[in-house]
Amino acid sequence: MNINATILGQAISFAIFVWFCVKFVWPPVITAMRERQDKIAGGLQDAEKAEKDVLIAQDKAEETLREAKQQAAELIEQANKRSSQLIEEAKGQAREEGERLKTAAKSEIEQEVNRAKEGLRTQVSVLAIAGAEKILQASIDENAHSKMLEQLAAEL
Amino acid sequence: MAAGSSTDYIKHHLTNLVYGQHPDGTWGLAHSAQEAAEMGFWSFNVDSLGWSIALGALFLGLFSLAAKKATTGVPGGFQNFVEICVEFIDETVSDTFHGKNPMVAPLALTIFCWVFLMNFMDLIPVDFLPELFKLFGIHYMKVVPSTDPNVTLGMSFSVFFLIIFYSIKVKGIGGFSGELALHPFSAEYPVAQALLIPFNLFLEILNLVTKPISLGLRLFGNMYAGEMIFILIALLPFWIQWSLSVPWAIFHILVISLQAFIFMVLTVVYLDMAHETDH
Repeated sequence: MNINATILGQAISFAIFVWFCVKFVWPPVITAMRERQDKIAGGLQDAEKAEKDVLIAQDKAEETLREAKQQAAELIEQANKRSSQLIEEAKGQAREEGERLKTAAKSEIEQEVNRAKEGLRTQVSVLAIAGAEKILQASIDENAHSKMLEQLAAEL
Repeated sequence: MAAGSSTDYIKHHLTNLVYGQHPDGTWGLAHSAQEAAEMGFWSFNVDSLGWSIALGALFLGLFSLAAKKATTGVPGGFQNFVEICVEFIDETVSDTFHGKNPMVAPLALTIFCWVFLMNFMDLIPVDFLPELFKLFGIHYMKVVPSTDPNVTLGMSFSVFFLIIFYSIKVKGIGGFSGELALHPFSAEYPVAQALLIPFNLFLEILNLVTKPISLGLRLFGNMYAGEMIFILIALLPFWIQWSLSVPWAIFHILVISLQAFIFMVLTVVYLDMAHETDH
């Protein structure tokens, strides 16, 4: 346990070790740590910001949804209105058509009736003449009596 | 064990492996404590120096390996460990040291880890390494470098050198000698002040010189006492040794970390005082 040159050796190695640590050990480790600290702080900040963004996006989405719903409701209402309108229109058209068909049928019937009347008239006059011929047993001057017969037919 | 042999055992354990110049002029290892003492100042405790340099190199090797691979991403297990040490030192230094000197924190890290590793050698069973070296024909082997006052004083006087260096660098020679001469007693009249200067010089220089001596001897004394108790426990019969050595070793874990921490903190405090300008 004598004090000897070991003390110098220890001092020299101490100096070398400290120099080495100052130069090669401390700076990279502390730099990495500081950088990671910054990174984590940045990450946390970003996360906070992202959270806020999500809230905003959620609000926006809700609003859009609400708008869409409203629009859809409007569209449905419009469609309903339109469909009832169409139905009404169709009804009107059908009624008109029916009316038209009815009048057409009526006029046709009238025509038919008239035609039948005409036919009957001619046939009645012929029959009347034939009847008269048979009744009178004599030839009657057709020309002389046709006017009278026509009058008769018209009265039918 | 007989009394004589236990004395020899203790003495043997407390003797360094010394390399130096024999009285006949040749250089070589000392074969006894007396021979080692006769070698005078220019001899080296090969075991203390060897172990301390090996442990320092181990510390720096491991840490520089981690430093080289240091990533800002997710750190691996070993990088985590290194970062815990660095963080711990960084915090302690920034709490204690208020000047601006990028050298102080790495210095503190080196002191803490190195001293801790040197103290840690104390926890290896006292006979293990000496017996191992005996197999290779080396008869003296003191494995705990911090039980060698040369080692602890070598470090504390390096710290002392740093204290002087930074005191002069920060305050200038005038400021530093003023601090030594005009403090703690000062007077308004120049004559009274001049009379007080010798007292101040005496007190302050004593104060200054006590720092490295107490710093080195504190570590040496604690580790030497701990080692001595391990050696005494080793003198007991082998089947009872564990009942004392285990509690003492567990307690000693606290002592070795505490002494490493104290050495580091005091170094930082002394350097902080050296950087203090407004006194």
